[in-house]
Amino acid sequence: MPAPRKERRKVAGSERVGVYTLLRFERGGLDAGIPGQFFMLELPGHIVPRPFSICLAPKGELGFLIDPVGPVTRELCELERGREISVFGPLGNGFRTDVDRPLLVGGGIGVAPLPYASQLMDKPPAILGFRTRHHAEAAELVPKAEVCIEPMLVTELIPAVPMDVLACGPEPMLHSVHALVPDAQLAWEAPMACGFGACYGCVIEFQGKSIRLCVEGPIVNGRPPVLPVLNGTEEEKAE
Amino acid sequence: MILNASGCLDALTAPAVARELDAYVVKTVTLEPRVGNPQPRLAETDFGMLNSIGLQNPGVERFCSEVLPRLEELGIPLWVSVGGAEATEYAEVCARIGERATVHALELNLSCPNVDPAAEGAAEIVAAARAATKAPLYAKLSPLLPDVAGVARSVLEAGATGLSLVNSLRGLALDEWTLEPKLGRGVGGYSGAALRPVALAAVFICYEATDGEVPIVGMGGVETGKHALDLIAAGASAVALGSILFRDPKAPERVRGELAEELDARGFKRLEEARGVAHRPQSD
Repeated sequence: MPAPRKERRKVAGSERVGVYTLLRFERGGLDAGIPGQFFMLELPGHIVPRPFSICLAPKGELGFLIDPVGPVTRELCELERGREISVFGPLGNGFRTDVDRPLLVGGGIGVAPLPYASQLMDKPPAILGFRTRHHAEAAELVPKAEVCIEPMLVTELIPAVPMDVLACGPEPMLHSVHALVPDAQLAWEAPMACGFGACYGCVIEFQGKSIRLCVEGPIVNGRPPVLPVLNGTEEEKAE
Repeated sequence: MILNASGCLDALTAPAVARELDAYVVKTVTLEPRVGNPQPRLAETDFGMLNSIGLQNPGVERFCSEVLPRLEELGIPLWVSVGGAEATEYAEVCARIGERATVHALELNLSCPNVDPAAEGAAEIVAAARAATKAPLYAKLSPLLPDVAGVARSVLEAGATGLSLVNSLRGLALDEWTLEPKLGRGVGGYSGAALRPVALAAVFICYEATDGEVPIVGMGGVETGKHALDLIAAGASAVALGSILFRDPKAPERVRGELAEELDARGFKRLEEARGVAHRPQSD
């Protein structure tokens, strides 16, 4: 897996996708990583960088899907083309994509890592759930997606046949998916300050195990983590 | 001397960062394992960040068998932060860790804002720890103490080698819409730029109260070499980097370089020459 780098990168553009914004940066020397990995975006004037999973990696770019739910995400959605901010990654373990019967499952902004996964996994079937039709416009980013709108839930659409599930969404959804498909790969979320195991802000308890999402996750049951994260390799010495 | 503030770096996930420090301060170890506080554990505020980690650690037994050997392999001088619910717990952890050759000092965390305070006062805990180990002991004090100089004198009388000033403040942030606390435990530890003048004052007061005769590790909102120099001028003999490490893993080498420039610009040949200069009688 590529070593993470921290670089100042320019905004290449941004587009509205329903209520969300797809924010694209010039990739520079950063590696896009693998689906399920994330980057820390550092907005000037804010103390804590924020983690966002890689959504799309078009040639020469990195794309992140942002849900404008707070001051930082709202500002990120408003960033103009050419603005430069610090981008640090790729971080975290990522999904195992070499599975036999893949099924992508996303809920709400949990759709974010699935477009890149879909692209690299040759468009496997996908089930996406959203709160409203406006939110559901993000389904256009995932080919072959079956979409449901609340009150219907994604878990009602997961077929009874055995599938290799890669899921991302709100915590109750992840618990429900886990109950249906115990070996599902689950992309979890928690606030984090560093992204490389320093702050212990992103620790969750799952099945009796304490997991630092930034290094042992964010994918529970995903790829084994590659540690240490910052080992002084050439790739890390940017910026 | 540049250290990390305890709990702000994991040398096992980021050895390249730890190697840039003069010593790596290990996140607080307690007698029994602690799972830490519920999510959410972090929140940003206008001038600093809040954390509520709650001294998550594997407990001293697993620390000694699983973590410490791996840290020792890194070849970095180690300080270990020690916590507890009562003095006997501090003492037992100190006894287990203090005599390891790689452990250069123990920092007694007497002031974590994210756990219930220990049963005894700071001096009692230090005395118990001192009876358990010959290792250098640094007492890490809270900026919330109304009489930080008095507590500093009492912990030194009880056997502390030096002082670590300061731990985080206590802070609260509320959700924009629900107005409920953003952190799972409600109140958390407030660190970052807002802590800087608070730390500076604590170091200034304690340096004066101890006649400049004990080592003081200054910490709280240090982001640049100038911030480090301010703490040294106020009386710190070493400086620790805290939450800056989260967003700038290159901070140790950067701050070290900036500090050298700041010292040079003011004609100081060595860091020691700048220590305590804020206490010189002011000229007319």
